[in-house]
Formats: sequence, structure tokens, C-alpha cells
Amino acid sequence: MKAVLRPYVAAFRARFLLLLQYRVAALAGFATQCWWGAIKIMVYAAFYETAAAAAPISLPNVVTYTWLGQAFLALLPWVADPEVAMLIRTGGVGYDRLRPLDTYSYWYARTLGWIIARALPRAILMLIAAGIVLPLVGLEAWAWRPPAGPEAAVLFVAAFALMIMLAVAVLMLANVVVAASLNERGVNAVLMPLVIVFSGSLVPLDFFPDTMRPFLHAQPLAGLVDIPFRIYFANLRGVAALEGLALQAGWTLVLIVLGRFAMTRMMRRLEMQGG
Amino acid sequence: MPQVLVEALAKSYRVAERAPGVAGALSGLLRRRWREVRALVDLSFSLEAGELLAFVGPNGAGKSTTVKILSGILRPSSGRIEVGGLVPYEDRLRHVARVGVVFGQRSQLWWDLPVLDGFDLLADIYRVTPDRYRRRRDELVALLRLEPLLAQPVRQLSLGQRMRAEFAAALLHDPEILFLDEPTIGLDAPSKLAVRDFVKRLNREQNVTVLLTTHDMHDVEALAERVIVIGQGRLLADSSLDRLRSSVFAERRLWVDFAEEAPALDIQGVEVRTRTARSLELAFDPAKIPAPKLIAAITAEHAVDDIHVEEPAIEEVIARFYDLHDSGEA
Amino acid sequence: MNALRLYGRYVGASLRVQAQYPAATLLLTTGHLAATAIEILGVFALFHRFGQVKGWSFGEVALFYGLINITFSIADMLTRGFDVFGTDFVRTGAFDRVLLRPRSATLQLIGYDIRLSRVGRILQGLVVVVLATNLVPIHWNPAAVAIAVWAVAGGVALFAGILVLQATISFWTIESLEAVNVLTYGGVQAAQYPLNIYADWFRRVLTFGVPLACVAYYPVLAILKRPDPLGAPDWILPLTPLAGFAFLALSFLAWRAGMARYASTGS
Repeated sequence: MKAVLRPYVAAFRARFLLLLQYRVAALAGFATQCWWGAIKIMVYAAFYETAAAAAPISLPNVVTYTWLGQAFLALLPWVADPEVAMLIRTGGVGYDRLRPLDTYSYWYARTLGWIIARALPRAILMLIAAGIVLPLVGLEAWAWRPPAGPEAAVLFVAAFALMIMLAVAVLMLANVVVAASLNERGVNAVLMPLVIVFSGSLVPLDFFPDTMRPFLHAQPLAGLVDIPFRIYFANLRGVAALEGLALQAGWTLVLIVLGRFAMTRMMRRLEMQGG
Repeated sequence: MPQVLVEALAKSYRVAERAPGVAGALSGLLRRRWREVRALVDLSFSLEAGELLAFVGPNGAGKSTTVKILSGILRPSSGRIEVGGLVPYEDRLRHVARVGVVFGQRSQLWWDLPVLDGFDLLADIYRVTPDRYRRRRDELVALLRLEPLLAQPVRQLSLGQRMRAEFAAALLHDPEILFLDEPTIGLDAPSKLAVRDFVKRLNREQNVTVLLTTHDMHDVEALAERVIVIGQGRLLADSSLDRLRSSVFAERRLWVDFAEEAPALDIQGVEVRTRTARSLELAFDPAKIPAPKLIAAITAEHAVDDIHVEEPAIEEVIARFYDLHDSGEA
Repeated sequence: MNALRLYGRYVGASLRVQAQYPAATLLLTTGHLAATAIEILGVFALFHRFGQVKGWSFGEVALFYGLINITFSIADMLTRGFDVFGTDFVRTGAFDRVLLRPRSATLQLIGYDIRLSRVGRILQGLVVVVLATNLVPIHWNPAAVAIAVWAVAGGVALFAGILVLQATISFWTIESLEAVNVLTYGGVQAAQYPLNIYADWFRRVLTFGVPLACVAYYPVLAILKRPDPLGAPDWILPLTPLAGFAFLALSFLAWRAGMARYASTGS
């Protein structure tokens, strides 16, 4: 088993270490996310000040939701892996086909390494800033709070893992479309707004008009933000939380199957074109 | 006044270092160590108009740094440099209008545009007047046989075709000097020959000064009257190829195929290197016994089928040169 | 060939390239339209739930939103070369090629890849402005139009300045820096709401640090003919977009320092 996984682990590791070197990029990402978080929270606060009773989630929870979202923003599948586009353009894909590996899994491992390496330093910094520094300086009203309880914490760990798996599965589909269309910008331009709205990154999904809820809660991207974060502060608990996890897992599987299928077809086409 | 003047040129960079592995990557996030890299330590040479000079040296010797400084992209740490009376990095815009550069590994054409559109745009960028541009373009198109490629987007060209287009692109504004950085890298044999032939004609017929860096010793052999060898940021040699050769290889080789069994030779200053049943490889020092004399001596006593003197290949010359130099330094 | 005509040639070349990939260009344009349409969806969702925010209606916020998006899209269309400078020019070494040409780097960079797709976003911004006009309603007399155009011009200068700064930083970092998204996309985000909903410190940042309020909030107050609830005098409101041009000028000073640094390190 270990021998089988080795190349994929290596692919993950190489990518992960490479990206960790971009110290400035990590700090920059952190700064960006602090700023966005602050703006969003100020906007929410202004609305809540006007009519708090209308809100589906309490202000402290929306604040935590916002910081969580900022901390894990880089885990969202909103741009296809730039390395894939590069590989296609330079013909490096050919090399990948020469390796005695399952290409889907290989790319999956690389992309996983990429997004985790991008997200990890920022998430840690964000946790320190919003979870520790803010309460220390007397701004606990605006801080990132700990999970609602032990049950929420355990469920969140599972939901978080699924969220990453799901994110990479979405990215893999995007990667394949990039590879097939040779156009990363177009793919990203379509992917980004979809992910931002339907994951709940823009606003928690329950802020949208009530009539849209059944659809919003069932679609795959809800598993990227809305479900795990609401599990975190126990807005989803018990059976509802388990349903959320099942939804994440189910969609992850569906997307992986779809991605594999699309990739096989795309590779066959590449082979036929000799490219 | 030489066209290119380089005096005591030096250039150092600072590069970040990190320890390998996860721990190294993490600690690199917090603190970086810097290492000073001296790309050029002390380099001086000059180049007259119309010369063709090859820059030779292993990776990291400082060739690319030199080309970048000469073309005005980099500013040296110290030293003096003038090209056609201008200091390239001080007067970049005026300087680059008079030079052409071809990087073997990079393209200056527009990937998605047809070749001809790229040429038009370059003529605009370099402010070439329309009729001069037309004349120059047609001339280059004919010389480089570009006619059938003009309407194709650059991305569809083969490397050899693209390189020909790159040469035309670098010459549209009629530069006085052409810098070539690894121009034949990755090309197939016919394309390499075409590039060499073109560069030679450009130099001879249009009197364009050419400074070439290359790894391909055949380029040097085919083109350069003069070779500069650099290593570790210093100039190691600046001479003609022949002089360079004789400076490192005192001895020459002579191959003799005999009509009968190879004899035991005993001639002063000649050593038998290898021996088969009917042939000998001899090493001799032309200063002690010139080749014609040696050949005469052998053919006078023995029946010989074939005989030839071998010059050491230039790869060998350069490799040997570095060996000598390293041992001299150590 | 003067700079303006050369710029025209660059535009022509960019359009020809995009015309080779009509499907991709269309996809991208739609994508940009969607990206911004979706933002206003978020704003709408909040208003739908809460009714209004600190005395501002959806229509009024839509005017802030529409103008700042038009502004940003224009800037974004013009400065792509600076935006991708780190990744596409410094890291790949393509900046050497720019330096090898006898034209200013600035001209070559603004001439790089002028993207038609941003038109989608500009159109979307215009649609939102029309929507706001009907909701508020706004009376577009010549003075109001002039203020709007002037605010957009100042805003384009400001965003261009931010992108020039971003490019300048990539001389040091090699990668294009995401942090600048704080000021570009984050700036759009901040400027699409009226300034008085924010905390005090943040208002000061947006007025005196990165003067986004000067190209969005204050001139829009003048268009809406609302006095500043924070007490800025009426006469100053239409003058504030000047700050955007000042910001651009300062950015170019930094850019020159970056160019000097590149010449001494090569990346």
C-alpha cells in the first residue's frame, strides 16, 4: 500500500514544500483576508444594527463564519491549478502520461498539495489574529470563536476533511476543462463566481431569499463553506449535521467519477492529436 | 575606439537559501539566509566593429550575465562598459534601439499573432520608417526563406522555423550589433547549419558585429574567429580558436594504417598510444617534429595504406583548458 | 510612431489575438459579467433581508456599486500588463524582452493584452447605474454626468496606481502579489457601500490612505445631492477625485525605484 501511494505522496509533498517557500505570498494572502474579513464584518454589523431581528444567524456566528471563510479561502476551488495549464501549454502533459501512474490521482495529489500549502500558513495566521489577538485587545465581539462544543468540534473535523476533498474534486474537473479548452482564464472566470455564490462564501446561504433554500442546501458547492461552517457553530447539529456530511461525501464521489471520466476522454483526444 | 568596451566588469547577486525538507521550508517562512553569488568577478575585453566573437564557458560561468549587462537589462556591480559610445544601462532606450538580441530559449514574437503581424508591430516599436521597414523585411524574408511562414501564428511554427523568424525579428531595425544567447539550442542539424550560415553572412556581408554565447562547439568552430573562454566569472582566455588549441594541446595525434603488420617505431619525440595488428595511434609534439617530417620518416621505411593527422576536437580543447586552469588555481 | 499610435497598434494586436479564440473571449466576457452580477446579488440578498442600511436604500447603494465597478473594469482593462507583471514578466524573464525594446516599459505594459472581456463588466455596471437611476430616482443633469465622468477618471487613475504599485512589489517578490487584491477587488468591495456604515478607522484609511472614498463616496454624494452625514463640506465633494491622480503619480515614483532594483539584480 505504501509503495503504491508513494508517487502520489511525493507529488503532494513536492508541491507543498515548493509553495511554502513563497513567504511573501503567504503574508500577502493573510493581509488580504484580514481586510476582506474586516469589510464584510463591518457591512454585516451595519445591517444588523439596522434590523437584527431579520437575520437567520446571530451576529457573533456571522462574524465567526466570516473569519472561518477568510482563513480557508485558499481552500476554495475558484481557480484551476495554474500548473496544469502550464503543463498543457508546454507539452509537459506528455511526461505525465509516460509515468506509470494513474494520471487522475497524480494530479489530484498535486492539486491537493497546492491548495493546502496555499491555505495552511494563512489559516494559522488568521487563527492567531482573529481567534487570539482580537479577544486579547478587547475586541472579542468581533473575534473568531471556538467551536460550539465537543460534538461540533468533532463533526467539524470530518466536515473540514470532506470540504478539502470536495474542493480538489471540483478543481480537478476545472483542470480537465482547462486542459481540454486550453483556456484557463475563461474557466476561472466562470468557476469563480459560481463557487463564491453557491458555496456560501459571498453571504451564508440562508441570507438568500427563503424560497431558494431547498436548492441552495442541496447543491454540491454548499459543502465547501456553508455546511462545514454551520456545523462549526452548531447551526447544523445532530441529524442535520450528519446529513450535511453525507451531502459533502456524496457530491465528492460524484465529482471524482465525473472528473475521471472527463479526464479519460480528454487524454484520449490529446493522444489522437499527438499533443 | 572599439565598438564594445568592457573593463573590470563585476556583478554579484544575493540569493535566498533554505534548508531542505519541511523544517527548512517552514523556517524559511520566518527567516532567510542569504548567500552572495559572484556571477562576474573581473571581466575585461573589447570588440571592434564587424568582429564575430564567441563566448564559451560552462553553465554558471557568467555568460548570460555578461549578455544581459551588454544589452542594458542589468546594471553591473562595478566596472566600466560602453557599447558604441553609450553606457547600456544608463541610456537603455537609445542603446537597445541599436542592438538586436536573440535568446535561443525565449521568443520575442507574439505567440498568437501571425509572424507578419509581429514584424509590423516591431517596426512600430522600433520606429522603423515604412519604406525602410519594407525593404529590410523583404530582404530578411528572402534570406531566411520566411515567405511561407508569414501568415502563420507563431505558436504553429516548428522550433527551427521560429528561430528563423526570431532572427528576422531581431534584425528588422538594422542593429549594428547582434547578441546571440544560445541561438542553436534544441535545433535540428539542418536548422543549425542554416542559422550558422545566416550569422556568417550577416557578419561578412552586412558587417554586423556578432557576440555569441553557446554550448555547441560546432557553432564556435563554424563561426568564430575569436573565442573568449570564461569560468567562474573571470576571463580565462581571449584568442583565436587555433591558438587556443595549441596552447592546451602541445601534442597532436597521427593515425597510421599499415599494409603489413604494424612495426615497432622508434622515432625521437613520438610515442605510441594505441596499437592494433595493422595500425598505430601516435602522439607527437609538432614543435619537436613537424607533421610532414614525421610522415616522411614513416612512409620512407614502411608500406602505408592510410595516414591522417587529427586535431583535437574543440570540446576536448575546452575541457582540457578548464582542467589545466583548475589545477593551476588549486 | 508616437506613443498613442503605438498603443493603438497594441490594442489592434490584442483584439486580433482575442478574435482567434472567439469562444474563449465570449466565455470570459460572460464570466466577468457573471462575477459582478453575482456581487450585486449578494448586496441584494442583504437588502432583501434587512430592508435598508443606516438610512441608505438599495437604489443608492446600487449607484455606488455601479460606478465603482465601471471604474475598476476600465482600469483593469488598461493595466493588465501591470496586473500580471510578477508572474508573466518577472518570473518568466519576459521583462528582459520589454527592456530590450527602445520604448518605455510603461507603454509596453499598458499595451499588453488589452482585454475585451472587461467590456462585459462595464456594461453590467452601466445596467446597475440605470437600475439605481430608476430606484432612487437620480436626475442626470449635465453637472451630475460631469461629476460621474470625473469620478470615474480619478478612480481609474487610482486603481491604475494600485496596480502599478503591485507590479513594483513583484520586482522584489517575483510572484504577482495577491495582497494588492485588498486594494483592487477589496477596494471595489469597500467602495460599493457608503462610507458612513464603516468604523471610524476604516473611513480614515479609505479617505487618506488609499483614497477610494474620494473617487466613489464623495462624488456620488454630490450626484445624489445628499449632504455628507459625516460632515464634509458640500463644495469639496466634486473635487475629491483629484486624489486618484495624485496616487498614480506617487505610484510611478515607486515604480522607478523598482526598475532600478531590477537592473541591479535581474530578478
